[in-house]
This record gives sequence, C-alpha cells and structure tokens, in this order.
Amino acid sequence: MEQFTGRVWRLGDDIDTDIIIPTEYLALKTIEEMKQYGFEPLRPELAAQIHDGDVIVAGKNFGCGSSREQAPEVIKALGIRCVIAKSFARIFFRNAINNGLLLIEQPDLYDDVKEGDTITVTVNQAVDYQEKFYPITSLPENLVEIIHAGGLVKAMRRRNGLV
Amino acid sequence: MGMTIAEKIIARAAGVEAVRPGDIHTVHLDRMMSNDGTTHLTVDMYYNKLKHPQIADAKKMVFIVDHNVPSDSAKTAGSQKKMRDFAREHAIDFWEGKGVCHQIMMEHYVCPGELIFGADSHTCTYGALGAFGTGVGCTDLLYGMVTGTSWVLVPETVKFNLTGRLPEGVYPRDLMLTIIGQIGANGVNYQVMEFCGDGAKTLSVNDRMVLCNLAVEAGAKTAIFEADEIALEYLKSRGRKPKAVFTSDPDAVYAREYTFDLSCIVPVAAKPDFVDAVVPASEVCGVPIDEAFLGSCNNGRIEELRVGAAILKGRKVAERVRFLVVPASQEIYLQAMEEGLIQTFMESGAIVMNPNCSVCWGSCQGVIGENEVLISTGTRNFKGRAGHPNSKVYLGSAATVTASAVKGEICTADML
Amino acid sequence: MGQTMIEKIIAHNIGVESVKPGDIVTTEVDRVMLDDIMIPFIVDKFHEMGFTKVWDPDKIVLIYDHLVPASQQDDTRHYRVGDAFVKEYGLTHVHRSDGICHQLMTEAGYVKPGDVVFGTDSHTTTYGCVGAFSTGIGYTEMAAILGTGNLWVKVPETIRVEIQGTLPEGVMSKDIILRLIGDLGADGATYRALEFVGSTIDTMTVASRMTMANMAIEAGAKCAMFTPDEKTAEYCGIRLDEFQKSLKGDRDASYLRTITYQAEDFEPVMACPSQVDKIRKVSELEGIPIDQVFIGSCTNGRLEDLQAAAKVLEGKKVAPFVKLIVTPASRRVYEEALACGVLQILGKAGAIITHPGCGLCCGRTGGILCDGERIVATNNRNFLGRMGTSKVEIYLASPATAAACAVAGKITV
Repeated sequence: MEQFTGRVWRLGDDIDTDIIIPTEYLALKTIEEMKQYGFEPLRPELAAQIHDGDVIVAGKNFGCGSSREQAPEVIKALGIRCVIAKSFARIFFRNAINNGLLLIEQPDLYDDVKEGDTITVTVNQAVDYQEKFYPITSLPENLVEIIHAGGLVKAMRRRNGLV
Repeated sequence: MGMTIAEKIIARAAGVEAVRPGDIHTVHLDRMMSNDGTTHLTVDMYYNKLKHPQIADAKKMVFIVDHNVPSDSAKTAGSQKKMRDFAREHAIDFWEGKGVCHQIMMEHYVCPGELIFGADSHTCTYGALGAFGTGVGCTDLLYGMVTGTSWVLVPETVKFNLTGRLPEGVYPRDLMLTIIGQIGANGVNYQVMEFCGDGAKTLSVNDRMVLCNLAVEAGAKTAIFEADEIALEYLKSRGRKPKAVFTSDPDAVYAREYTFDLSCIVPVAAKPDFVDAVVPASEVCGVPIDEAFLGSCNNGRIEELRVGAAILKGRKVAERVRFLVVPASQEIYLQAMEEGLIQTFMESGAIVMNPNCSVCWGSCQGVIGENEVLISTGTRNFKGRAGHPNSKVYLGSAATVTASAVKGEICTADML
Repeated sequence: MGQTMIEKIIAHNIGVESVKPGDIVTTEVDRVMLDDIMIPFIVDKFHEMGFTKVWDPDKIVLIYDHLVPASQQDDTRHYRVGDAFVKEYGLTHVHRSDGICHQLMTEAGYVKPGDVVFGTDSHTTTYGCVGAFSTGIGYTEMAAILGTGNLWVKVPETIRVEIQGTLPEGVMSKDIILRLIGDLGADGATYRALEFVGSTIDTMTVASRMTMANMAIEAGAKCAMFTPDEKTAEYCGIRLDEFQKSLKGDRDASYLRTITYQAEDFEPVMACPSQVDKIRKVSELEGIPIDQVFIGSCTNGRLEDLQAAAKVLEGKKVAPFVKLIVTPASRRVYEEALACGVLQILGKAGAIITHPGCGLCCGRTGGILCDGERIVATNNRNFLGRMGTSKVEIYLASPATAAACAVAGKITV
C-alpha cells in the first residue's frame, strides 16, 4: 500500500481559490511563474517555505470559490504531496483529481495536528499522527481510474491513441 | 519694445512692467493642477522633506485622479488614497473619475491671463483660453504649493500665422501633426507657440485645445491663442470671467514666424515611434491594426465623438479590432449620451469606457500587447507608450481612427 | 417515486427513466462556455490530449470578459490565443467585448431550459435561472469536453428552498440568497443542488432568479434550479416543450432537506469581510464609513439592478471622496440602461460608468482598493484579497443598498 511521510502546513477553514492563487496572477504564462504567489493574501511567505513532499492540513471547504484549475496546479507545483481537509469544494476536488493532486477528506486530524509536525499517510487507509490513526475512505472507482491513468490529460491521450 | 501675450502674462504674474525673453522672474501662480501620475510623490515630499510644511493657498490647488481610473492595482489605489486623504485634509478641490485633468481644468478653472502650473506635460492645453499653462515636475509643483510662487525663465515666442480654413474631412489634429512634422519634435524647444491670423478665428475653443495640447510634442513650453470673442463666449457660458485679456503688441518680438495655409492641410498620421514622423495618412493605409482609440485630452471631446459616431453610424467595428471610445470628461460623456453618440458607438461594437486617460497613458484600460498595432487620437506614440515595448502606435484624427477601426487596417474616412 | 428537477434533467440527458443521487453518469453536453482567463490553458490541454478537432463548433461559446479592457500587456495574448483557436476549429459563437460570460449565455440565447451546460468559471451555476443544469469545471475537463462532448457527473442530492409571500420594499433577491448562504454556510450545499420554489420565486423576474442561481456556488452548490415558466420562455425567446414544462420537483421526490422562508421576514443584509456566509442585517452595520461602492457583476449588473440604484440616486450625488463604480453586465444591459435614461441618472449622480465586463469583481482592474479601504459591492465574493490587498474590507449587498451607501458615504439602509 502506498505510504508517505510529510511535514504539515496547517491552514484554516474556507481556504478559497483567490487565496490559493489571486486573480492578479492568472494571466501569467505558466504555473511555474504563478506558484511564488500561492497563498499570498493569507500568508505571503508560505510559498517560499513549502518543500517538496510537504502536506497541507486544513479545515472545512478547502478550495471554495472559483473554478480556476491553476489553484490545484499551483499547490502541486509548490511540491505539496497531498491536501488533507475536513471537506473540499466540489470544483476544486474535480480539478485536483484531474491533475493528479491527492486530496483526502478527514474530519478530525485538523483539530489535533500542529504546524511543522510530521504525519504519515497510508493511501486509502489512514493518517498516522503521533501514533494516533485517523481513518480515511477510498475514492470512487471512476476517479481512481483517472488517477491511475496519471490524470485526465493522459487518459485522453490514451483515448486518442497517443500513448 | 512690445510684448507677446505670453510675456504679458508673465509680467503680470511677476508684478513688473515688462519682461524679455531670457529674463528670470519670480511669479505668483494663479493655479496649480496635479494628477494621480505624480501627486503621491509630491505628498511624500511635503511630509518628509519640508521643515515647516504648509500650503500657501489651497484654493489655488486642484487635484485630479484621471490616469488610472478605475484603479488597476493596490499600488495605484494606495497612491490615489494618499492624494484623496491629502486633498480632504487640506480642503483642496478634488476630482476623481470625472475626466482627464486638462479637460476638467478647461471646463471648470482656466481663465484668460492666468499663469498655471500643472504636474503634467500637456498643461500647455490651457493656451486655448489665453492662459499660460505649462507642465512642471513634482518638485516645482511642491515649491509652488508651499510658497504660491515659482521662478520662470521668460521664453521666446514663435508666431504661427494661420490662414484659410480647413477643408471638409480635415481636422485641427491633422493641422497640428502637420506643424509638428514640419518643425520637428524639438522645433520650438522652450519656446511659446503663438497661434494667430485669420485661420485661428475659424477654430473653436475645442480646436484650439487640440493645437495647444500637442505643443509640448514640438518641445514648446506652452502654446497660446489670444482670448478673443470665441474664447470669451466659452468662458461666459461657464460662468467665469477672464483674469486679464492680453493681445500681442504690433511691435512684439518673435523668435521666428511660420505661416500655415489651413486649406492645404490633408489627413496625416504620425508613424511609430515619434510624433514628428508625420506623413499623409494615405501613405500608411493598409497597415493592419489590433486596436483603435478615440479619446484623450487631445481628442476626446464632443466634437471628435460626433465625427467618430457619424462615420460609425450603420457600420460595425471590424471583428477582431478593439475600438476604445473614451470621452474626455463626464460632462462630455453625458452629452454624448444625450446626443445619441454613445448609442451609435455601442451598437457598432465599440468599447465605451468611463472618462480617463486610457491607453494614451498606457498603463491600464486598453493597454496593448506584444507586436500589436494601435491607431490613436492620443498625444504620443513613443515606443512602449501604449503597452508592450514592441507594440506600435500610429496617431491620426478621430475620422482616420474611426475609419480604421471599421476597416481593420489604417484608412481614411473617404476610403470607407 | 418522484424526482427532483436536477434528476429529471440528468435522466433526460442520458436517456433513462430516472436517476438517483450518487449515480455516476456520463452526460452529453448541450453547450459549453469558455472564458478569456482560461482559454490559453484550455487550448494547451486540448492539444496535449491529442485532439485534432472539436466535437461540435456550434456548441462552444468563447467569451472575453475578465480581461476587457486589457489592463496588463500580456492580457491581449489571451485574445490572440482565443482568436487562433476560433480560426483553427471553426468556432462561430465568440464575444470579444459584449459583457460578462454568464450574462451572455442566457441573454444571447445559448442556454435553454433543460440543457446541460458547463463553463470554465464557478459562477456557471447562473443558468439554473432558466432551468438548465449548469456548473463550473476546470480547464482540463473543458478540454476533454471539447474533444468528446461528454462529461461524467455524480447526480447530486437536492436541497429544496421554499419561499412564500411578497418581499418588503427595498429588499431584493440578493438579500434572499445572502441570507440563505448565511443560514447554510459557505459549504452548506457542497456537491448538492438547490431547488427554489414558492410564490415569491414564481413572481420573481428571470434577472432576480439569476442573482440567486449565480450565488448558489457560494454555498458550495453544484447547481441551482428554477422551474421554467412563461417568463423564462419569454426571456429565452422560445415556447416551452413538454420536457421543459415538466421541469419541476415532484411532490414525492426525495429531498435531502427543505428550508422554508416567509418573504415578509427578509430584510436588507450584507456579507461582511471576508466570508460570503458572514451575514449581518444592514441595520446592525449602520454608520460604518466606506470609500467605494461597486454596482455590477454577473450577480447584480442587470437592468433591474441599475434601475434599483438609479431610483435611489436620482437627483442625488455620490458622497464626497467616495467613488461609485457602475459596470453593466453586458452590452445589451448598457444599451437598455442608456435608452431608458438610467445611465444618465447614474452619471449625473457622479458614478464612474465603465464598459460592460467583469470589472472589479474579478479583481484585476476596475477599481482595485488598497490597505485600509472599505467597499460595498454587489458582486458575489468578498474573499480576502479579492479586490486588492488582504486589508481591504468587502461588504456584499444588493444594488439598492449599495446605492444608498454611496449617497451616505457609509453603510446604511
């Protein structure tokens, strides 16, 4: 079973897509140019502090707001391994899956976890934080297929005979 | 020895009998205008560089937010807030979003005989009403604001004798571009352009504004018309009285004289990237455009909007062309609504914007991108003026700009 | 067993008798909306996926609105990328400066009752105002639809919102939807459909319904449903067919819950900084000084909104040192407001009237604010940093309330 360990960035409830990547930067040409502005309205210093393999743990309604897919792409480009939240907004959820950014719904971890601590995630099973296990559910089958294909772009490339 | 209008205004402001070119005088300023391009810098200096900050006479100050309206960034908003807060604190007349500064000044403040400093190069516009208006930097403006005075090096005057009448379909803008093309971008450096002659009498206050406004593009310190009955009528209609009505003496001394026969002027265009790269518009016909701009303190008044609307009536803007129509003031905007011009513009697919400097200033509201081509009634076509450094700006009359917007390439109105 | 409105639309679309919440189905898309912010990304993904033609050019609408007029040099690149795509794939429905995408989709007749529509913008929920199923998606999924014409959806549960009675004077549909979002919470309807019924809804204009459908996303909803009626038919310029006439929630349909309101109980409210669900009565906020007012957006930039503002502003002036920015939602709205004298009233009161587009709502230009400034706005979001810095305070309100605040220079009813 796929397992990984990461350092936690703890954000709040209702982290909206304007916080994740403000509209001001949406016309930049690439996600690479945009990513330095990730989370700027909330924590301008955060983007520079995130390291590859870190994990975001947040409260309810993560990713609410606009349909901008730059939001999950920026999070992924910053090196975030997965986002664990009490709940996700639906468009963000679809966009993240389509880009292969792992999202995990978990109701209790957020209340317990401290920023900077380390957690271990066993996909489709549980999160281990300070030897306490927080169970997580598995994704619906059609989404697992997209993730297995490596995201929606790759799934379509396969459909079009390019892979 | 006689004096020119400009010399008489300076003499009055200096409280002396006579001045001569080359003299340096301390003058009392009648009015000062500052806009959101630089006022925040003036305010910063006021608070940080002065031992005893004070304002000589707040009633002489006018602050106008026109360059970035509505604001395009938090930085801009911060500069404008600084300006707004200062105006409120010091009871300075404050205008925001009501029009381009020079148009507001002409509609509400400028009087013949006044000496006016403006922290904007096109302050020379006010010569249309027989005032001496000139552009200064924010340090000069600060000094004027604090002391009510400044120093002036009396400029020489160059006489532009206008004869005849502009043909149908040719506009004051064609005339002024022609003049600049002939004398060059530094043709009257530091000098005053004085327009006179029978031809001048055929020009309305609006027309005169078009001429005076662009004087700085030939390097002039300012430009001026005698405040004749046409100017005084304009003033009266707005409930103002002249400070002083001056005429140039018959024996006044001019550095040079030029004569332009208005009946010989043809539609022209200034090519990128210089205002004096002027050619007959027919020479640049066929250049594909991405954007066209009808507006600015030079050419965004009701007269030009009428010209544009008349051409556009029953036609459509070319599919991929962005045609920006930007009235120079709220008053003009409302009048254009009443006259049905705005309806014509909207029906034809134009982008009608709130009064502001727009793409003439080039930092927001219609900025152009890499390798794009703009034909404009704005004041300047310098490299990068309207957006990307590799973009190109052509200047033309309202008629040429509108016709080009319809065709999708540069053309004159008679070619539609 | 009966069905909710969204269940009927999805079942009809996929050609089955019925569907139930939780079913994952593949829909045949009736129309898609692409906007200027997303177009370069859509085009990139489309090519990356290996498509060489679009499934149906007639079903694709491309709208430039967020970046019109361009405020940054690179904005015009989005037009060029869009124009090239239009040319290469033969698109015919293109709007380059006609207003906000969501206004145009119904106004220009691209969406009809019962349609399944997706757009690359979260406020795509708006088209529920004419009884269509519409929702926002990302650019990758949009690229996939352009190639295939299909998208999978999970049939949502439905929350029924019933409102009976007559709204008090000065209360607008914006006050209803804000109150509802406050009651539900910003995630209270996540993944779910909202179905609006009752006599208040029946007597409401399509424009007022649009305001509510538009903001459904602010409670997390997947879509908002309004039963098409004669007003809808007139607005869409059609006669309702049998299927469209059937689009109402059945009496015995299964709803997650039903929320009931009495229209007379509503009063003017605002969403306070910086959450859309932080709802307070305007009367409780009375007197808070403001710097700017914005009337516009796909939420509240229509003729009736401008008329409501003009009613308040007629013969009055915007307070000194306060800016009122008015951005009509579309070229047609602008022209109508011009024809009936509303723009003139607003202009004489001192409003800054911009060209139709997203304007300030999308936070790229149109009146951005700075630290310490406070705005009352009629749009849909008051998120931190949405209109400038994180120290800008955004209060969301109806156009009538916003206009009153502009005159007073402070929050007031």
